Amino acid sequence: MGERVSVVDYLVLDDGEPYLVATACRGCGATYFERHNACGRCFGTSFERRRMESTGTVRSYTIVHRAAPGVAVPYVAAIIELDGGGVVKANIRDVEPEPAQVGLGMPVAMTTFVAGTDDEGTEAVAFGYSPAVAAAGKRTDA
Amino acid sequence: MPDDLWILGASMVKFGRYPDRDLMDIGSEAAVGALSDAAVSMADIDILVVGNQLEPVGGVGQRLQKQIGQTGIPVYNVTNACATGASAIRVVSMAIKAGEAEMGLAVGVEKMGKAGLAEGRAARPEKVAYEREGRTGAVMSVEGILGTDFMPGVFAHAGMEYARNHDGVGFEQFARVAEKNHAHSSLNPLAQYQKTFGLDEVMASPMMSYPNTLLMCCPTGDGSAAAVVVSGEKLATLDPAVRKRAVKVSASVLTTDPWVEGGEQQPDVNTLTRQAADKAYEQAGVDPQDLDLVELHDCFATAELIHYDNLRLCEPGGAGDFIDSRGPWRDGRIPVNVSGGLISKGHPIAATGVANIYEIVTHLRGEAGDRQIEGATVGLAHVIGLGSTCAVHILEKAAV
Repeated sequence: MGERVSVVDYLVLDDGEPYLVATACRGCGATYFERHNACGRCFGTSFERRRMESTGTVRSYTIVHRAAPGVAVPYVAAIIELDGGGVVKANIRDVEPEPAQVGLGMPVAMTTFVAGTDDEGTEAVAFGYSPAVAAAGKRTDA
Repeated sequence: MPDDLWILGASMVKFGRYPDRDLMDIGSEAAVGALSDAAVSMADIDILVVGNQLEPVGGVGQRLQKQIGQTGIPVYNVTNACATGASAIRVVSMAIKAGEAEMGLAVGVEKMGKAGLAEGRAARPEKVAYEREGRTGAVMSVEGILGTDFMPGVFAHAGMEYARNHDGVGFEQFARVAEKNHAHSSLNPLAQYQKTFGLDEVMASPMMSYPNTLLMCCPTGDGSAAAVVVSGEKLATLDPAVRKRAVKVSASVLTTDPWVEGGEQQPDVNTLTRQAADKAYEQAGVDPQDLDLVELHDCFATAELIHYDNLRLCEPGGAGDFIDSRGPWRDGRIPVNVSGGLISKGHPIAATGVANIYEIVTHLRGEAGDRQIEGATVGLAHVIGLGSTCAVHILEKAAV
């Protein structure tokens, strides 16, 4: 059995529940998931790590039918407004990829799943979101 | 200091696919066409600015200058995604405003073949061992794993966010935009496609990224457009027959996206468009309701709809009603994309921003043939390039 790594470094996998961590500007509170040199909003250069909430609502979504080679379609891509601030892009999982099944403004909760395995057996763990009710107590690790 | 700018000549190569012609062939045709249209030669041009997105490391401007006339003038190459062509016009305009040039030539030229921007970002090959890379420390391509960065999806997000905030906006309203632009293109011989489709056909065409179907997405293609820009002072010295066809640049504005919550993850295409439009209306002293026609950046049908609101063509929040009531049709309240728009005229990236200025100029001169908007005296051209850059130009028919 290999190790597990998060697919991006703003997804934290430790012994507890997985969570997202943002780079937050100490001056104005703007949050980023990319490494930042200075704040795009207030130009400050001092940042701290901030643990983000794992629940939020759907700001927007699309159902992707044509994608890059190797990406299974259709799938639901979304922009999620996190409770407590911050916005993140991810897929909505555990939902039929039909417009009637995905609601704008729908509450969601974060889940994780294995996105790939390298030649050393290391699993890359990614995150997505599920409708908040269905997500309760649910993990979808493959 | 020169305080007014004019388009003296403009030209466009029909958008399409030119497997047997290279970038220089296409760019030269537009450049020479614009010079000829302006009744000037390279000897009159003080600055050449060439926009190209996909081959910019090759010194496209210098290569082009060798095909059309080497006079030793300054040449600048510009790249600003889908706003590249408009940026070329802006650079020429700034040089004239600064007093360093009296007349300049802006060219936008692109050869995309059948590959779009999306293909250049295909998933990278699987690694033997995961290693963190880039500013998010990704161990693999996250396209399709953490949402989508592909253009049909990015602009679908922008449209669906508008739908979330405004009742009466959905798949059908977005599809109506494409129905309109395909219909408009049937009158434009320079459009890549000139075929009319019914609303049901638009909605039933293959889904790319909901709510954008294939017929709601711009095609890739090849093309070029060019414009000669001149100062008012210089224009006054030219032949009356030439002056008569000149079109006034009443506003020329370029903006980038200011910080907004979530802009890092999903580009905000609204704020920079609103800021550019408001500044342009102020510069020109023109009210949105005065516009006789608009060429705006309909890379996807979802984009056009939200720009009705961003450009103040409709009541705030009223973009759905605007398309439902046929407001942007060529016989509607403010005709939008009578060229067929990017959706059907085509979108060879760097050519687009110059081509929509060509379209406005052609109508203001009364030379647009079957697609002419009768009596047009003021028009607006808008482009947006992700990253992001927005350019808005307001052009007016005005006596010299």
